[in-house]
Amino acid sequence: MSEDKLLEIKDLTVEYRTVDGVVHAVTDLNLSVGRGQTLGLVGETGAGKTTTVKSIMRILPDPPAKIVSGEILFEGEDLLKKPENHMREIRGEKISMIFQDPMTSLNPTIPVIDQIAEAIILHNKITKEESLTRAGDMLELVGIRRERGTDFPHQFSGGMKQRVVIAMALACNPQLLIADEPTTALDVTIQAQVLELMKDIIKTRDTSVIMITHDLGIVAEICDYVAIMYAGEVVEYGTLRQIFENPKHPYTIGLFGCIPDLYAEDTALIPIKGLMPDPVNLPGGCNFHPRCNHACEKCSLERPKMIEIEPGHFVNCHLMAKED
Amino acid sequence: MSEKLIEIKNLKKYFKTKNGMLHAVDDVSFYIDKGETLGLVGESGCGKSTLGRAIIRLSDPTSGEVIFHGQDITKLSSREMMKIRQNMQIVFQDPYASLDGRKNLFESIAEPLKVQKVFSNNADLEKKVFELMDTVGLARRLANTYPHELDGGRRQRVGVARALALNPEFLVLDEPVSALDVSIQAQIINLLEELQDKLGLTYLFISHDLSVVKHISDRIAVMYLGKMVELTDYKTIFNDPMHPYTQALLSAIPVPRLDVKRERIILQGDVPSPVNPKPGCRFAGRCIFATDKCREVDPELKEYTPGHFTACHRAEELKANKDKAE
Repeated sequence: MSEDKLLEIKDLTVEYRTVDGVVHAVTDLNLSVGRGQTLGLVGETGAGKTTTVKSIMRILPDPPAKIVSGEILFEGEDLLKKPENHMREIRGEKISMIFQDPMTSLNPTIPVIDQIAEAIILHNKITKEESLTRAGDMLELVGIRRERGTDFPHQFSGGMKQRVVIAMALACNPQLLIADEPTTALDVTIQAQVLELMKDIIKTRDTSVIMITHDLGIVAEICDYVAIMYAGEVVEYGTLRQIFENPKHPYTIGLFGCIPDLYAEDTALIPIKGLMPDPVNLPGGCNFHPRCNHACEKCSLERPKMIEIEPGHFVNCHLMAKED
Repeated sequence: MSEKLIEIKNLKKYFKTKNGMLHAVDDVSFYIDKGETLGLVGESGCGKSTLGRAIIRLSDPTSGEVIFHGQDITKLSSREMMKIRQNMQIVFQDPYASLDGRKNLFESIAEPLKVQKVFSNNADLEKKVFELMDTVGLARRLANTYPHELDGGRRQRVGVARALALNPEFLVLDEPVSALDVSIQAQIINLLEELQDKLGLTYLFISHDLSVVKHISDRIAVMYLGKMVELTDYKTIFNDPMHPYTQALLSAIPVPRLDVKRERIILQGDVPSPVNPKPGCRFAGRCIFATDKCREVDPELKEYTPGHFTACHRAEELKANKDKAE
């Protein structure tokens, strides 16, 4: 794990200060992404996944969002200390992002090729013609005919729009690609097309990826490492194999129990009892304890610490400490 | 011996659009047995929701019959239909959009009971509403809360309580868990299964999520662009799908397991437009097995082995090839 890290997040805490109180979106979060690796960030609504990656891009709305503490090291430099004009150079060129809904991330009034060229021309000293040629190359890379570049977003289907967005995000050959639920809005057969495309491009270009998803199936398919988030914290982190074959945190185990298994015969679902906690009013101690079947008194009082239970496999749970 | 609760015959639902007739549901026939769950899967725009709505006449079918308890309900007047509706209810996908934001939880659940004038006094009504809340697992203290105060899972429980209020036999569940997080999704699925056992309900479960559909259904129907392409029991459809679309659809699902390695069929292109569809198999344009016949003649939904229906000209031939290969 101590190999070449492209991105390292240290003790990140983000809050939203609203009239109803302080929303604890992300608390003391530690994560890292190595070069050429794909990290899956998994969790349910409100787990803090999107807040985390928006902090990396520094595109959180401030106010109400406030990065209270922490460091985000990208190639060894703290992004949180960078002035806005430096960030503008990094965004789109070194780090770029794909959002969930391709319909809302494209400008409906501009032909798609111009939207892709815009990103290229912004970060490179080249002429308009050259940028259009490169934008056309990008379209072909994602499987769209060059001639269709002059079409407007509404003339494309959902899957094709998402391809355009991917082309745009990869146009400057970023080192880190953040994909926030890139296929959630798509149908399964189209999702399969887009995932296949992303896998290919990531591999050939050696791009590092943070893939936000709630779908463990997608994680199994595309990720090397997995971080499970719950209520603003990473509760478990490890390699794909460690998380899928040896999940340890009760929440991770709970998540696997909630999804129907296509390959098993008539298994019963074991739901996690209760609901996600209110981030304004977190339960304290381990935030999962009110829903946990193994919770003891300590869990409600004391915040658990990350414990490395096997090399590279971290679990944030008091139960793990007991086993020693 | 199972008994058919509802039978749909040659149901069509077309919409007039600027560019021509949109064939949302095109000549679909099937039945659902009493106490059974029929899963209806397909991608967006394949007509699964339209079919669900047309069956309970939330929108009137263009043609065809819906036989419920031996009676063709498409011919009934709206007054007669109102009576029948007590017996057939629907739960919608988005519990936020389907609840009245200005009614509290008690009023929302009481509404169908009031509309159908089930009770003459308030004490009985109140008792029934609280019973329903117990049934679906809503704490009684929530009676005065409004939809915006509730989370998605609880809102969907309200939707289920409303649908159950009139003791229906048949429920259309239109993507009832798609808007929910997985941990909550599992709670609602278990609730629906419990209720079915307890109350002897019959479900038409519409979803795009095949894992969920497989989990809850007895038989599964696959739709593509207004047509039913395959229908069989839940095991066969996964173990031995006949239609090339079903095969592609199944192979496209990301599975949260590392020990399953599958051959993935990546379909080229997108779903074509359902407006003025050309004759021939709707899937022909994306099907690697398509022949000239597929592009010219509509395949019929035929029973190949007992209980296994599929609409593909080459079904038998492809199956024979597959069996030989194995």
